[in-house]
Amino acid sequence: MKVSAWGNYPVVEAEVREFAGVEEARRKIGAARRMIPQGLARSYGDSAIGEAILSTLKNNRVLAFDERRGVVRVESGVSLAELVEIFAPRGWFLPTTPGTKFVTVGGAIASDVHGKNHHVAGNFSRHVVEMDVALADGAVVTCSPEREPNLFHATAGGMGLTGVVLEATIQLQPIETVFIAQETVKAANLDEIMTIFEESASYSNSVAWIDCLAKGASQGRSLMMRGEHAKRDELPERRDPLWLKEKGTIAVPFNFPGFALNSLSIKLFNELYYRKAPSGLDTSIVDLETFYYPLDAVHRWNRIYGKRGFTQYQFVLPKSESREGLKKILGRIAESGQGSFLAVLKLCGKETGLISFPMEGYSLALDFPITRNLFPLLDELDEMVHERGGRIYLTKDVRLSAESFDRGYPNADLFRELKRRYDPDGVFQSRQSKRLRI
Amino acid sequence: MKTVLLLGAGSDIARATAHEYAKRGDRVVLASRSIEDLEKTASDIEHRRGAEATAVRFDALDYESHQAFYDALDPKPDVVVVAFGYLGEQRKGQAEFDEARRIIETNYTGAVSICEIVAADFEKRGEGTIVGIASVAGDRGRQSNYLYGSSKAAFDAYLSGLRNRLFKAGAHVATVKPGFVRTKMTEGMPLPGPVTAEPERVARAVLKAEGRRKNVVYVKGVWRQIMGIVKAIPEPVFKRLGM
Repeated sequence: MKVSAWGNYPVVEAEVREFAGVEEARRKIGAARRMIPQGLARSYGDSAIGEAILSTLKNNRVLAFDERRGVVRVESGVSLAELVEIFAPRGWFLPTTPGTKFVTVGGAIASDVHGKNHHVAGNFSRHVVEMDVALADGAVVTCSPEREPNLFHATAGGMGLTGVVLEATIQLQPIETVFIAQETVKAANLDEIMTIFEESASYSNSVAWIDCLAKGASQGRSLMMRGEHAKRDELPERRDPLWLKEKGTIAVPFNFPGFALNSLSIKLFNELYYRKAPSGLDTSIVDLETFYYPLDAVHRWNRIYGKRGFTQYQFVLPKSESREGLKKILGRIAESGQGSFLAVLKLCGKETGLISFPMEGYSLALDFPITRNLFPLLDELDEMVHERGGRIYLTKDVRLSAESFDRGYPNADLFRELKRRYDPDGVFQSRQSKRLRI
Repeated sequence: MKTVLLLGAGSDIARATAHEYAKRGDRVVLASRSIEDLEKTASDIEHRRGAEATAVRFDALDYESHQAFYDALDPKPDVVVVAFGYLGEQRKGQAEFDEARRIIETNYTGAVSICEIVAADFEKRGEGTIVGIASVAGDRGRQSNYLYGSSKAAFDAYLSGLRNRLFKAGAHVATVKPGFVRTKMTEGMPLPGPVTAEPERVARAVLKAEGRRKNVVYVKGVWRQIMGIVKAIPEPVFKRLGM
């Protein structure tokens, strides 16, 4: 069947198999010559795409929950959306979450995802207490930071290339309410938003929308959203603190012509930006879905980029290089006229893991519709990122070269070595892993 | 609140059915051979639905164990869903009788063995519903899967007779006939989209058949017409079709 991930590019012919439970997983892994595990395929490019795909979506049971400690054991195909739906009303929330809840636990581990709280909570794998991984030879190995640590660290952020995560135990975080006390702060330029990020270090969550088209003195014009999980006494009295209202979604019914998008987001940004008080600060109580997953309310929003698809370009620069680097890169993007109007800016915390993405510094993510002129531009941006010691996020990538991967990820060869140890015959491979020669 | 016993609970259809009942707050008892896996399904149902779910070991082919299995159930079920089945491989079954026998004994002999035990209890209690998962493959034998088809045809005829018998006692028997269902049983087969159902759809058909005391339900109604046509083809013509 034809498959693609969230970017709708590339579309490839693949054989898709499913499994549920340990025994079936072992059987299917044993029978396959090569495969790449896949969850909800919310990665953007080709990291979960290959000629043979092993889907974890039917491997989706909630196995155990310690109500007192907030520790949950699940199979790898359970989505973060399901965890929120089941456990938020009981006072437990994800320890960290990416900008969509439509990813599986297995996918969150393979991409070692991060969220608006990266500077305090780190990557997703920091909260994985233990996991069971099925290796290419059918052995199921339990690993944790203490037990089989090499397998644990190579699997967290390992893009599904060491084996298939079957089950994982995750430490959730306690919440008093399903609401966020949110502050929105406006910044006139890049220097201002960077100062605001520094000043926001004590907030658990912070992220900014940045206008990629603004030039000159207003380059880096942006809106920061920061916030804390609201305490019970911060809510208006009539609100049920743990009742998560079911959200209606609107759907994008067909592939949009590409030009529709920028005019929409420009309008939205400007409205929010100019509505802020002159002081630039605005406070409100919003539910956590609105705060963490604004785009999840638009079903299949990826269609807005049209049939040719899109990619998301996300890089991170070391903190010392961020200011000058961002100015240069934003300038180049604005000049190219190719990127989306809005990008997401985030100050990440300390680097952890083997080939996990975040490092201490600024990360910027923006969408690009796929066009003939795009990849040369992205190659140029890669150079600007790598000469400053930065790196590109593999989960979003669809075109990075092996050389660039090696430049951005100093542990690339160590990872390749571990990959060979756990998967000597190269059973687990994706289009991306072939391209990156992993 | 009803107690619902699902036999062959490892199947995708039974699992989906258990979730549907649990959503309504019914108590579900999951039975199949792989108890370790069943316990995971049971805990999933408990955590997601907040309903009571337990796992018990049951082997359709171990006829001797059936009486003791049923006697040990407490409380006794109000609804029994017979969802175990074995598709097997037609060609292998033609060459090796062991395969043919496993198909027949799982789908028919094993089902009769446990259903008789359940029926005796329902007859005595004057209540209860058995839902049997038959198949459109049983409506007419075809060269591509007549071993499976004939075993399901036998089960179909059995359910019909049992329905007749239990009616007087006030208990009910429903026959649910899915066509193509997207499950692990059919994985890798090219299934025609418009006539293929998801396990959840079969599950809802089971609940409907049980709740409204339907006799024979085709999942995706179009199958009743399709099989009506297939059955109407005269045998001299049918035998020439490579179906």
